[in-house]
Amino acid sequence: MTAENRTPQEQIETTGHVWDDDLREYNNPLPRWWLWTFYLTIIWGIGYTIAYPAWPLITQATPGLLGYSTRAEVAAEIARVQAANAPIEQRLVETELTSVAADPELHQFALNAGAAVFRTNCAQCHGAGAGGVQASGYPNLLDDDWLWGGDIEAIAFTVRHGIRNATDPDARFSEMPAFAQVLSADEIAQVTEHVLALSGQEHDAALAAQGAPLFLDNCASCHGEAGEGMRDLGAPRLNDAIWLYGGSREAIAAQIAAPRNGVMPNWGDRLSEAQIRAVATYVHGLGGGETLQ
Amino acid sequence: MWNYVKIGVLGVIAVLAAIAANFARDLAYQVHMIIVMLVAGGLFLWTVRRTDEPLPAPSPGDPAAGYMDGPVRAGVIATAFWGVVGFLVGVIIAFQLPFPALNFEWADGYLNFGKLRPLHTSAVIFAFGGNALLMSTFYIVQRTSGARLWGGNLAWFVFWGYQLFIVLAATGYLLGSTQSKEYAEPEWHVDLWLTIVWVAFLAVFLGTILKRREPHIYVANWFLLSFIVTVAMLHVVNNLVVPVSLLGSRSVEVFPGVQGAMVQWWYGHNAVGFFLTAGFLGMMYYFVPKQAERPVFSYKLSIIHFWALIFLYIWAGPHHLHYTALPDWASTLGMVFSVVLWMPSWGGMINGLMTLSGAWDKLRTDPIIRMMVVSIGFYGMSTFEGPMMSIRAVNSLSHYTDWTIGHVHSGALGWNGMITFAALYFLVPRLWNRERLYSLSLVSWHFWLATIGIVLYASSMWVTGIMEGLMWREVDANGFLVNAFADTVSAKFPMYVVRALGGVLYLGGALIMCWNLWMTVRAAPARQAVPAAVAAE
Repeated sequence: MTAENRTPQEQIETTGHVWDDDLREYNNPLPRWWLWTFYLTIIWGIGYTIAYPAWPLITQATPGLLGYSTRAEVAAEIARVQAANAPIEQRLVETELTSVAADPELHQFALNAGAAVFRTNCAQCHGAGAGGVQASGYPNLLDDDWLWGGDIEAIAFTVRHGIRNATDPDARFSEMPAFAQVLSADEIAQVTEHVLALSGQEHDAALAAQGAPLFLDNCASCHGEAGEGMRDLGAPRLNDAIWLYGGSREAIAAQIAAPRNGVMPNWGDRLSEAQIRAVATYVHGLGGGETLQ
Repeated sequence: MWNYVKIGVLGVIAVLAAIAANFARDLAYQVHMIIVMLVAGGLFLWTVRRTDEPLPAPSPGDPAAGYMDGPVRAGVIATAFWGVVGFLVGVIIAFQLPFPALNFEWADGYLNFGKLRPLHTSAVIFAFGGNALLMSTFYIVQRTSGARLWGGNLAWFVFWGYQLFIVLAATGYLLGSTQSKEYAEPEWHVDLWLTIVWVAFLAVFLGTILKRREPHIYVANWFLLSFIVTVAMLHVVNNLVVPVSLLGSRSVEVFPGVQGAMVQWWYGHNAVGFFLTAGFLGMMYYFVPKQAERPVFSYKLSIIHFWALIFLYIWAGPHHLHYTALPDWASTLGMVFSVVLWMPSWGGMINGLMTLSGAWDKLRTDPIIRMMVVSIGFYGMSTFEGPMMSIRAVNSLSHYTDWTIGHVHSGALGWNGMITFAALYFLVPRLWNRERLYSLSLVSWHFWLATIGIVLYASSMWVTGIMEGLMWREVDANGFLVNAFADTVSAKFPMYVVRALGGVLYLGGALIMCWNLWMTVRAAPARQAVPAAVAAE
């Protein structure tokens, strides 16, 4: 140890206590900057608790001179944005859904607002990019294969009332029966081969031929003779490569035997009219939107 | 006579545990009761076999006359063991986040992220950190009191009782027994057991202090006492529950709603304050001056910052609940006390760093001192970052983001981890009577791996945390959200990988330490003369 690095401290006495052979303590004064910073934080703290709600009293806490409230602040910010958007939201509510696209300013607003509504409320099932989740049976909204209709009014209706929920009497409804109770296992296998054939997949031609009459008797009333689907009943097209619950032999057979019937909530209870119109515009604009017939 | 009482009690416990296991309402409780039954039954047999046998004659230089270092040695081993377990689980869950496929389907419900995350936090805080505190406390209080641990084998009961608590907590998490309170997940029956162990711990500590030969109580012991007493209080209040059944692990909390949240974070923040800060400051106040062979910088500062720290810390909890159902006044007070806490926290850093002044040359030669310096540096950094993040405006950006995770880890990996490693390197040669450590260059390797690991961890979490906060709050001109939550998740991928690599480095350093300590005990030359100051009873 050199002489210099002894200097500041060795002039200061230790407290004289010794523990465990060599543990000692100097009695250096408190560092000036430390003490003053400590005092400053205390003074700031007192000032802050005078300015903001802080000290609990008997019936309520001191409100603070600034009248600050986290909840009031958020409410004010929401109110400010709502007031700013009120005129254009009003316009969105009053305009026919089919003519929104004709008004560039309104259309842009509806797309932005709809995208925000979608990210907050729809992305959980349909995915942040609206690509759907095949494994869980959440439909892809980017393509032009629509279960219940792809024009903007149909989309808005689906959003507002939902599908097969128990809360909205106007919800879109249909229910595919469980054919395990109607058909034998062999018959289900035959129908499965026929559906594989309809969708142009590899199949057993002999079985598929046996399945064709069964399909006409049991399935065609909803899915159509050629498997073209029926939107009034939400019956999916079967003669394409797009599948809700999977297009493999096993997945098709499982769906015939014990079908899954997907449910969507009625967003009319939770979203405002403007929000429903906005999100319908957004989904309609994702790529598969159809013009009203 | 005493042995007969023990045999009776152990027998009754084993039988009751067997009955409880038979009628258990849930799997976790059943497994716990089987563990208790096996432990009590084993101890029963062991005690029966030793009863009425002649005791081995005390050999000359019998340790019974000197300091009681058995539980300290066991604590050193447990600290290193649980440290590696905790770090390993941390590395696994750090990889599960960017690569969800690592939540294997065959282990679903047991080894998925949700089950492993509390296992990781409890393993590092309570198993690794807790054992470090336990063994340091036993070591320090004896040396600075000049007295053997009070209570005979009570210290052994504390050590093994605490290990049983850890095993019960860990198995409970994996089997789904949790009260869903962060850092207080174990259910009521495990909490009761910890309370018994903790009261015994307090008794051992206070008993030793009371029979000390030194006239003054050394500063480290103030911090250790405040840690033990406050943790007891926090643990009991936060775990006030009504069990649904005495034969099951479920329970209902006493405090409802926001009051429950407030009590939880009063507990949660002071687990940081008194477990990870006050307790570890106690370690620092002993090991730093010892290793540096320098006196503590300022007695005055230690008094002022001690009382300021323990007075202020206990109020800071509400800053975990900014912008929630908690009333604004409570949130203001939590924030103000957190900011005022800044300097009292830094008092410990100043005392630690300035103690080393005059010994700075040792930084070049002594990697243990280097670890201590980095540890104190991270302590100072996280006790500045904490008050800053408690400010409402900062918190509105940082809350719920990975910034919080980064903050916790710069404290846990940097401060708690590094000071514990330094303490282990200090203790092992002394406890196993070795001349020196097996290899100082391995300590250097450990130092650099751990330091780089922490830097990777903390910086990646700062980047991802701030990015996340900014993405969540981003709105367009009409006030609509720009990003979906899933967008922020996918944006975090590269930082998650960097974080996991930081964890790998840190784990690697700890494994090197274990090897080094093992070889120290096995292969380092024995210390020649034993100058150990023997405490006279």
